[in-house]
Amino acid sequence: MSDAPKTKTILLGPIFNDNPIGLQILGICSALAVTTNLNTTLTMCLALTLVTAFSSFFISSIRKHIPTSIRIIVQMIIIASLVIVVDQALKAYAYGISKDLSVFVGLIITNCIVMGRAEAFAMKNPPVLSFLDGIGNGLGYSAMLLTLGVIRELSGSGKLFGIEIIPLVSDGGWYVPCGIMLLPPSAFFLIGLIIWGLRTVKTDQVEAIDFKITSHTKVKDAF
Amino acid sequence: MFEHYLSLFIKAVFIENMALAFFLGMCTFIAISKKIESAIGLGIAVVVVLGVTVPINQLLLSVLLNEGALTWISEDLAGVDLRFLGLLTYIGVIAAVVQILEMFLDKYVPSLYNALGVFLPLITVNCAILGATLFMVEREYDFGESVVYGFGAGTGWALAIVTLAGIREKLKYSDVPEGLRGLGITFITVGLMSLGFMSFSGVQL
Repeated sequence: MSDAPKTKTILLGPIFNDNPIGLQILGICSALAVTTNLNTTLTMCLALTLVTAFSSFFISSIRKHIPTSIRIIVQMIIIASLVIVVDQALKAYAYGISKDLSVFVGLIITNCIVMGRAEAFAMKNPPVLSFLDGIGNGLGYSAMLLTLGVIRELSGSGKLFGIEIIPLVSDGGWYVPCGIMLLPPSAFFLIGLIIWGLRTVKTDQVEAIDFKITSHTKVKDAF
Repeated sequence: MFEHYLSLFIKAVFIENMALAFFLGMCTFIAISKKIESAIGLGIAVVVVLGVTVPINQLLLSVLLNEGALTWISEDLAGVDLRFLGLLTYIGVIAAVVQILEMFLDKYVPSLYNALGVFLPLITVNCAILGATLFMVEREYDFGESVVYGFGAGTGWALAIVTLAGIREKLKYSDVPEGLRGLGITFITVGLMSLGFMSFSGVQL
């Protein structure tokens, strides 16, 4: 049973310690635009977790047969095929959400998390572990996205999953919605603040400074 | 006609800026914006690749993939709809164009090739490229429009990354709180830039 702790680290590590968005700066591209309401956010999280897990699994199972020189193309094709499956399934069963997500489902192909995990983990590890690693990183991405989604939808329109939580002034309630939360800039601010919070707790993630400011000349040194 | 293209271009550069309004190409946008020179190199590469791939993908869509597009081969194929293969085709075209461009520049314009260096292959996985193609598909641009849109989207992205690099070069000398250093403050800066670009959204074209 010596495998158990390792499996746990692989599965749960990416959520806090090694968050793909907060620390590895991967996959921010499509992450921010879909977080204005929770329905699209949750769909995106599910789609990305599934694609990452299965692409890692498939790439890892054929990893010994892929020539190194063409591995990027092979990975791309596996990922693209999986994304097509997700895209078609969404169009068939959840057409409204698929319209809201517009191009961002297709953009899972170029999401750096999927490629990054395939390249960094799946090429070197057995299929089942790679599958768990894919799920773990998907969960890390989802944790960040859902946090953003809850904050943005709740303060921006007073709703969660489209159901009213805080009564708005326009409907006779008391809450004046914070409109900027639904606009692009707020996503950047929030993610910056979340990273600040994460790094205040986990001080080992703080980046090294590349320019040290010298202190002011003291009076006694001047003479 | 000219006016239509011009307004499409302005819209792609400012109002629908790839990086600041749609968050596309963020990974490279944050990672390669520490120095102005590298930002300019990457910006030019993105403009070129976007300007080439969007029209090519538009041609492929209208000649091969769209419903009824295959009638030039035989009348029987009028009902064939290959759009579900789109994603695979577009990413293939992007990877191929980047590869060809790399070989072409290496042979004929070595100075530009050396300036771009490692950034060329990186562009394949830049979501701004695939994103522009997907927007072109969604908005049903024709060939002329997709040329203009490709160049416009690229110019907008290049403008954003060069501006951010300029700010970050100055930011190096500021006293930033520990946890906010590096990534955190960059995000907040980008947020402020995005807020600035939002002021263009009132422009009617």
